[in-house]
Amino acid sequence: MNEHALFKRKAEKVVLVVLNIIVSGIILLPLFYAVSIAFMPSNELFTIELNLWPDHPTLENFKQAFVRMPLVRFVLNSFLVAGCITLGQIISCSLAAFSFSFLDYKGKNLLFMIVMATMMIPGEATIISNYLTVSKLHWLDTYKVLIVPYLTSAMGIFLFRQFYMSFPISLYESAKMDGCSNLWFIFRILIPLTKSAIGAMAVYTFINAWNMYMWPLLVTGSTDHRTVQIGIGMLESVDSQSITLMIAGVVMIILPSIAIFIVGQKQLIRGMFSGAIKG
Amino acid sequence: MKKNTLPQRLGPYGYLIPALLVFSVFLFFPFFKTIYLSLYKTNKMGEAKLFAGLGNYIELLTSASFYNSLAVTIIFVLIVVIGGMSIGLLGAVLCNKAFPGIRIFSTAYALPMAIASTSAARIFEIMLHPSIGIVNKLLNLNINWIADPKYALVCVAVLTAWLNSGINFLYFSAGLSNIDESIYERASVDGANAVQKFFRLTLPGLSPIMFYTLVVNIIQAFQAFGQVKILTQGGPGESTNLIVYAIYRDAFFNYRFGTAAARSVILFIIVMILTLIMFRVEKKGVNYG
Repeated sequence: MNEHALFKRKAEKVVLVVLNIIVSGIILLPLFYAVSIAFMPSNELFTIELNLWPDHPTLENFKQAFVRMPLVRFVLNSFLVAGCITLGQIISCSLAAFSFSFLDYKGKNLLFMIVMATMMIPGEATIISNYLTVSKLHWLDTYKVLIVPYLTSAMGIFLFRQFYMSFPISLYESAKMDGCSNLWFIFRILIPLTKSAIGAMAVYTFINAWNMYMWPLLVTGSTDHRTVQIGIGMLESVDSQSITLMIAGVVMIILPSIAIFIVGQKQLIRGMFSGAIKG
Repeated sequence: MKKNTLPQRLGPYGYLIPALLVFSVFLFFPFFKTIYLSLYKTNKMGEAKLFAGLGNYIELLTSASFYNSLAVTIIFVLIVVIGGMSIGLLGAVLCNKAFPGIRIFSTAYALPMAIASTSAARIFEIMLHPSIGIVNKLLNLNINWIADPKYALVCVAVLTAWLNSGINFLYFSAGLSNIDESIYERASVDGANAVQKFFRLTLPGLSPIMFYTLVVNIIQAFQAFGQVKILTQGGPGESTNLIVYAIYRDAFFNYRFGTAAARSVILFIIVMILTLIMFRVEKKGVNYG
């Protein structure tokens, strides 16, 4: 290769890196700015000067966020709710997908079509009736009202089924011949073999459950069962002190979902695109 | 005889019970109940009291507020879809060729998908603050973004586009990795520049995933709620009264569960049509492949 082409290729790479730094900097600006405010003494925020980062960084906002709102409670509630939803979806979707891919029975295709058709019903369109149902059941302000409605997902069933269909049916038949029950087959063979799909599903479900807002807003009225998103939504930013404090709270509740996303990113991408969308 | 577990006794249907039970109680039942409610006048408890036939629908379809809500939602969807897809595509194109640090940048582009609408709304609230917000400071403007009916909708839409750009980045990255690299090399030999390559090769190469992404984005945008609730509460005036927020306001501020249900049915019809279009096109795509 001649020198000119080599130089050109290097220059291209430098341009690419510079462009990426600029674009990703703009895209992440809201997050950087939030972190910066979280460390800012409130008097530094209230100025007409450009204040991109704190002159005298402080941890006071984080401390105050814990004092002024029941943040620990919110975080524990959110972990509990999102954790139960994730686990529940993995189990219910694995069972259903197993039935749809390995067993043969009357009405299977119809039932599968009905499950897929649920994807057409947006949660927001049923939210009023659901609210009326749970208030009649006296479920308002409980953990179960936050968890139970989300214990399954058509997308999860579809994703798992897609994975299971790629296994030869002989895998199931030989397990059966060895005297292995269906549940044993699901939990000991199928689930370990579909770790990547489960990983993808777990990351996606957990983040969505962690970020859920409209349903918890309607069905929780007391601090006891409120999740982080409701806590953040409730805070009124009346004075300068509470703005920096609120943003410190926001930064803390974003951290778990970002952490899970970064750790699970690879799994998520592999799982998302191996079944559903093939080029 | 061996004791059978519950799923075994029920046969293959047993394994479907957990999923179907949840779907029945929290999806099918409320779905039909919403249609039922939409035909009634309700009391404050949301109980159907007086059969109204299509009364609720007629009331909606003759009210200026409903058309405003629809119009506002359509403008919102347009900005969100175009904005969110452009940002995602830009990131994907920038991360298509290997270079040092690519992992960090691709994480950065995907990251907004992990952020909650509430958190994002809180951050944008401060960024758009008229006197201390960084947007006015950086652009040297003096605009009261959220309190001005001219800008409020755009602000909420840009925020939503930002939130959705993360997953769009993943879709487009997957799409780009399916394009055969050699066509770019051949085009280079033929003397095509970067812009020509983008429009002649990249965009057509993305078309299988482009349509899927487009529909998913439209459906998602129709469902926006948290950012409206926190940033604007549908205002100023009714300039950000998006369809889901209008449902919420009808039911939980005005206790008009009947019209809220009618709005829900309309939202469902819109999403259903979009989903059907998506399924159709996806089927076609499989045949091509």
